[in-house]
Amino acid sequence: MTLRTSSEIREFLINQVLLDPQRDTGAGLKKELSYIGGERVHQPLIYVGMASCGRIAGAGATYQAIAAYLAEHGHQATLVEGGCVGYCAAEPLVDIQLPGKARLSFSGVTSEKVGPLLDEVLNDHLPDLPLIGQYKSALLQHWEKVPFVNDHPFFVHQRRILLEHCGLIDPGSVTAFIARGGYWSFADSISRHTPAQVCELVEKSGLAGRGGGGYPTGQKWATALRTPGDQKFFVCNAVESDPGSYMNRAIIESNPHRLIEASLISAYAMGAGRVYLFIREEFTLARQRLDQAIAQAREYGLIGHNILDSGVNIDVVVKSGARAFVCGEETALNNSIEGKRAMPSSKPPYPAEKGLWDKPTIVNNVETLFNIPLIMKNGPEWFRSLGTQQSKGTKLFTLSGKLKRYGTVEVEMGMSFRDIVDKIGGGLKDGLTFKAIVLGINSGSYITSETLDKRVDFEDLRQMGSALGSGAFVVLDQGVCMVNLARFFTAFFKKESCGKCIPCREGTARMLEVMEHATKRPTEKNSFQTLERFKGVMQLKGLAAVLQDTSLCSLGKSAPNSIMNTLKYFKEEFDSHIFERECPAGVCTDLRIFLIDVDACTGCTACFKKCPVDAIIGSPRYPHFIIGDKCIGCGNCYEACKFNAVVIK
Amino acid sequence: MQDSFDLAKTFEQYPNHRREDLIPLLQSVQDARGYLSEDIISAVGNYLGISINKIYGVATFYDNFRFGPVGRYHIRVCHGTACHVGRAETLIRELEKLLKIANGETDKEGLFSLEVVSCLGACGLSPLIEVNQAYYSHMNPEKLRELLESFREEENIQS
Repeated sequence: MTLRTSSEIREFLINQVLLDPQRDTGAGLKKELSYIGGERVHQPLIYVGMASCGRIAGAGATYQAIAAYLAEHGHQATLVEGGCVGYCAAEPLVDIQLPGKARLSFSGVTSEKVGPLLDEVLNDHLPDLPLIGQYKSALLQHWEKVPFVNDHPFFVHQRRILLEHCGLIDPGSVTAFIARGGYWSFADSISRHTPAQVCELVEKSGLAGRGGGGYPTGQKWATALRTPGDQKFFVCNAVESDPGSYMNRAIIESNPHRLIEASLISAYAMGAGRVYLFIREEFTLARQRLDQAIAQAREYGLIGHNILDSGVNIDVVVKSGARAFVCGEETALNNSIEGKRAMPSSKPPYPAEKGLWDKPTIVNNVETLFNIPLIMKNGPEWFRSLGTQQSKGTKLFTLSGKLKRYGTVEVEMGMSFRDIVDKIGGGLKDGLTFKAIVLGINSGSYITSETLDKRVDFEDLRQMGSALGSGAFVVLDQGVCMVNLARFFTAFFKKESCGKCIPCREGTARMLEVMEHATKRPTEKNSFQTLERFKGVMQLKGLAAVLQDTSLCSLGKSAPNSIMNTLKYFKEEFDSHIFERECPAGVCTDLRIFLIDVDACTGCTACFKKCPVDAIIGSPRYPHFIIGDKCIGCGNCYEACKFNAVVIK
Repeated sequence: MQDSFDLAKTFEQYPNHRREDLIPLLQSVQDARGYLSEDIISAVGNYLGISINKIYGVATFYDNFRFGPVGRYHIRVCHGTACHVGRAETLIRELEKLLKIANGETDKEGLFSLEVVSCLGACGLSPLIEVNQAYYSHMNPEKLRELLESFREEENIQS
């Protein structure tokens, strides 16, 4: 059986795969699926990692160079704009699969390397270029002396269940997705389970919301299902605006159909007739791929009226958010969908009872949803077997900062932070020493060298007064000033505060004022200002308590976290800023004190010319001097000096 | 009157005159025209039956909307956590100094405009800036100056 036309493939996938409850795994069907799914190929397959991060790293030029090469040499090959395996440090990535042979994955393929790469590989030779490895396959012949991708240090410690297909399948192909098991869970859910049963299965699995709240997903759905209403809505929150996290964007770009499948199952379980996929406006590529995927799913009869002849009707609509951090809060998000300002409302009533247009509405995060098809496929017991006593499943992180290897990773709950940094991230870049991990602005939590052995677990982190956060994982070295970072976080909250409730609107502004005083020199020389500055710092704790207790939504409640954690873990840095007016890391530029090393100064007058406030005196060819009282700490002299004679105290 | 023709075409995509369509409609208009002018806002208000005050109330709330034109080179500087740690503030200060404009402004010639954004989502390549959809990674003040110079040269050749 060889299928040729797209309508033949469509018929086959719908009737013999999705609609067949036995889905007999005969050899013939398996073989057919392996070709449709791209596990086996008839002609060479060239796959370029072209998610947003790949494009930024230059994958677009690589793609064009490959297309030009194929046209010039007259090779018959399939060229695919693919998704992302998550290994951002090695981009641009190009995978090549020859008929009958295992798939190879090359790293750092910039456009000029395309010629040498394809010359060799298309002629069945292994080129001498950086290689991540080959993918293991039971169906194909492996390359000799090539390590497996799964054994690569970046991948071997991960537990990739949400990322299983990311970077492997063509994100623009519904057929590949179905052939690899996609939409099977949805087809089974609507034909074999009642909505209440689906809720129960998810509740049994112990899945908790990954957006930050950690609320049991199944329970939330069951509440919405129980609440009477002529209309119900399901909303997928793909706003992901915590700076430093982009794993949701990466998984949507790499596997958009999985999100649609999960949303459909969830909508069915809670009784919703319409799904809103609310995606951040900047995620242009993710939006394009979702739009394309929705059109394909509609063509396959998986969205719309009477889905797969089951009598179920679910429509899917994509909405672009208009950029506001507070949209991550579910009630604010609902207001934004309604076309209003994204301001949160007080809870209760919870959206599960009164949400969009006062109808029962469930809002779930992308990462939470990606788990759903797997739970339906493998059962709740399988999911419970992953993770720790209290936290089940896996967690996605976006590793960044000063690590050797970075990107989107997935680890089983319970892995220690030390292992993530050392084993997956390969430790810090040469010559740098670890200082802390920031788990996103929203959580404001830090992992320091003392707490590095803590596990990725909701409960463990809660006990130490932190939160797991959205998935940002920024590793800092000793060159980072924590007080400055806390000031940056506070400035972010002040800007993003929606202004509805007073504690958050006024509190964040006041906190920022205090932090700015701490990181800047006094502008006037009066003792009153110094007193005010001390007073501000003394009052920080009280202010933080007010914000945490009385703010309307989690934005205001979490705004003081970073300052409180800095006071808790890095108090000595706060002290030197406040008492000594010194920044130990030398980051707070306003606090730097510049001196001229008399022995090194040649009297070239370069600094003298650059000083905007005439704080430098001296004659040509004789050492210069900086008048401390006049200096504003701009650093112009430091940058201008060619002899390293200007030093920071 | 090419403008009003464009606008009518955009309106056609939202035939239901619902409040729900306000943000998507403003987004499509801004995509087509670059920014939201007073005329456009009142046209949208008439079309959807929403008062101009309310539209401004919504539009100014979100960072997405602009009320003035951007420069021919629209520079977006990432100021997320990783970029902040990578000293993005130095870049912002340098840009403000070189272009003599502040965040959110466009220079007099309409050549450059500057926008600081919270995260462009490529933290591994920090600090990062984006100019007209092209990305420049691992930036420092020196590279920045060279980049601006190359834009100015490009502009001279074209004019």
